[in-house]
Amino acid sequence: MDFNLTEDRQMLADTLGRFLSEQYPIEHRNKVAYEAPFHDPALWDQMVELGVFYALAPESAGGMGGAGFDISVVFEALGQGLCPEPVLAALMASRLLTSAGVEQDDLLTGARRYAVGISEIDAPYELDHIATAATAEGDGYTLSGRKSTVYGGHIADVILVAARHGGGLGLFAVEAHAANVTSYGMMDGGGAAEVMLDNTPAKLVLAEAEVALQDALNAGIVALCAEAVGAMEVTHAITVEYLKQRKQFGVPIGKFQVLQHRAVDMLTEIEQARSITIKAASELGGPEASRTASMAKNLIGRVARLVAEEAIQMHGGIAMTWEYSVSHYAKRLVMLDAQLGDTDYHLSRVMAGYAA
Amino acid sequence: MDLSYSAEDIAFGEEVRSFLAEALPTYISDAVRSGGELTKPMMEEWHAILNKRGWLATIWPKEFGGTGWSPVQKHIFEEECCRAYAPRIVPFGLSMLGPVLQVFGSKEQQDHYLPRILDGTDWWCQGYSEPGAGSDLASLKTRAVHEGDEWVINGQKTWTTLGQFADWIFCLCRTDPEAKQQAGISFILVDMKTPGIEVRPIKLIEGGHEVNEVFFTDVRVPYENLVGEENKGWTIAKFLLSHERTGIAGVGFSMQALEEVKALARKVRRGGKSLMEDPLFAARIAQVEIDLEAMKITNLRMLFKAQEQGAPGPETSLLKIKGTVINQELKDLARRALGPAATPFPGHITDGNLMFGPADTAHNAARYFNNRKTSIFGGSNEIQRNIVTKTMLEL
Repeated sequence: MDFNLTEDRQMLADTLGRFLSEQYPIEHRNKVAYEAPFHDPALWDQMVELGVFYALAPESAGGMGGAGFDISVVFEALGQGLCPEPVLAALMASRLLTSAGVEQDDLLTGARRYAVGISEIDAPYELDHIATAATAEGDGYTLSGRKSTVYGGHIADVILVAARHGGGLGLFAVEAHAANVTSYGMMDGGGAAEVMLDNTPAKLVLAEAEVALQDALNAGIVALCAEAVGAMEVTHAITVEYLKQRKQFGVPIGKFQVLQHRAVDMLTEIEQARSITIKAASELGGPEASRTASMAKNLIGRVARLVAEEAIQMHGGIAMTWEYSVSHYAKRLVMLDAQLGDTDYHLSRVMAGYAA
Repeated sequence: MDLSYSAEDIAFGEEVRSFLAEALPTYISDAVRSGGELTKPMMEEWHAILNKRGWLATIWPKEFGGTGWSPVQKHIFEEECCRAYAPRIVPFGLSMLGPVLQVFGSKEQQDHYLPRILDGTDWWCQGYSEPGAGSDLASLKTRAVHEGDEWVINGQKTWTTLGQFADWIFCLCRTDPEAKQQAGISFILVDMKTPGIEVRPIKLIEGGHEVNEVFFTDVRVPYENLVGEENKGWTIAKFLLSHERTGIAGVGFSMQALEEVKALARKVRRGGKSLMEDPLFAARIAQVEIDLEAMKITNLRMLFKAQEQGAPGPETSLLKIKGTVINQELKDLARRALGPAATPFPGHITDGNLMFGPADTAHNAARYFNNRKTSIFGGSNEIQRNIVTKTMLEL
């Protein structure tokens, strides 16, 4: 047992952290995150060059990492920097291609951009209610249905789509230009897309894809949890700093016990959030992966909302402004609950384990 | 980052399990399981069994007869002891005074007292709180006056846990009433058999007797019973409190409580189904189980940090705040799972008036009420927040 990062991972964290703080300051971030294409293509290319994607894929798939802690290190840095780049889409696509045993050099080198279409309006989180269906046509397939909030779908060349196939779920690759893709910016910055499929030609990637899809979701959840931990850490630090500087009634407001104790409670919960993320990262790919991912996403959902709301409240009016960074961190922390299963959804998954 | 146990750790866990299966008397584990009060001989017997095996002083360095275990080994040992329903080791000598003497005591004090803690000769209790000095401990008034080669002590201590069994008490006394509050306090060891000491029981909310008031009237003890320097007792007091908080997350006990709640929820019937199938109740269990899963890792992270730094840091306050609340939530769920079956008063529980299950489950209401203490003792959770505010947030 060891709670220190390996040297390689520490280096990756430092490099990515430095890159983001130098190249992606919050003002620049806010400029690109809310205007099409809702990210910075030049910085995206630089992140690719830093080898971020290689860290997310295992050696067997041509990468250099791919373990839970590789993922958490990358996304914690992304969360600290409030990075709007759709790295989550690349991670989940890479994970799916690895499971399918399909070569992914074009993803790792950044030659082609990938997104993953799982969510639907009536089935935002659950795999077993997916309605999009595949039909065999000639020696290929066509897909019909609608994929909703496809993160990174706004810039994707290829969309990996989960669709009903042969009584189960199959995984298909759709060329983005062949589908009807409607892009938009998100409340918390960055972009997504609605992907309308109407007899859209598709290539079968994996026929029985349930296990691979669950693994990609688990990896995505570890990523989101780590991103939240990074964002919460920064939010808490800014809040504590503000408590020291902001004066009312002639004293720094950090002298008021009612605020002190709330700041401590935030810290306690953030430590708990970090712990459960470590747990989920360590179990990723193993038999307990789904259960611990659900535990993590539930706790992160609770804690992230607490930290976001408390940070705004303890700042007062200033954190309600677009100008101040905490408002943007708060939006990210709240909205990531709706990605890959929210607090209640994952609580019910943990409860489902009690039936046995 | 690696959460897996090494082969050595796994082997250690097996060694602990087989030791517990052999050495822990069933009548003692039954008493722990049933949630009633343990007798003094039970606690002494378990203390002696652990000492014989050399597994008693898990937080002492090897040179003083400790185990010298790694954080992981301590964690495994605690977890296994809880799983087996071994009694909680009485902490006052082992976890509190022991570390104090090892750092602040004279060679003579170490040589005299430490072996007697290990072999059970001396049962210690803690003389900290007073009626007027709880959270504001530094306002304590119990007075020790240096007269010749003696201290003369007058005053009153309270909340003295298991003081009814104790041979000795370590006391914080005011030795310089002129100095600023924290500056005039000394740490003094007192034989409970000294004339002038009176112990009176305090009956607690659930009817149990575990704490006492201790009165001191012209109690005379030798001057050399002072630990460390005169008027420097506050440093020792704080050091002791930080040690008191290690293990205070009570992760093992909460894991035990979680298993009990789950077992209860599976047995109890509501509306033709088990309570576990009630989504409202299952959700309450799931939420606290997730908090506890996180707490296990938080506890390990802090244990590792304590080992790296050589002493527990202020992070242990976070453990206390969250660990006690998780434990209280579990005790509440157990009480609620039983519903009206938790009604009988502990002293009135007989096989004849039990509506449900084995006798031990009927104690859950008492355990719930008794456990409200955990967020108050050892420095209330509000005081812990003050500590974190100062030391970690630097506000």
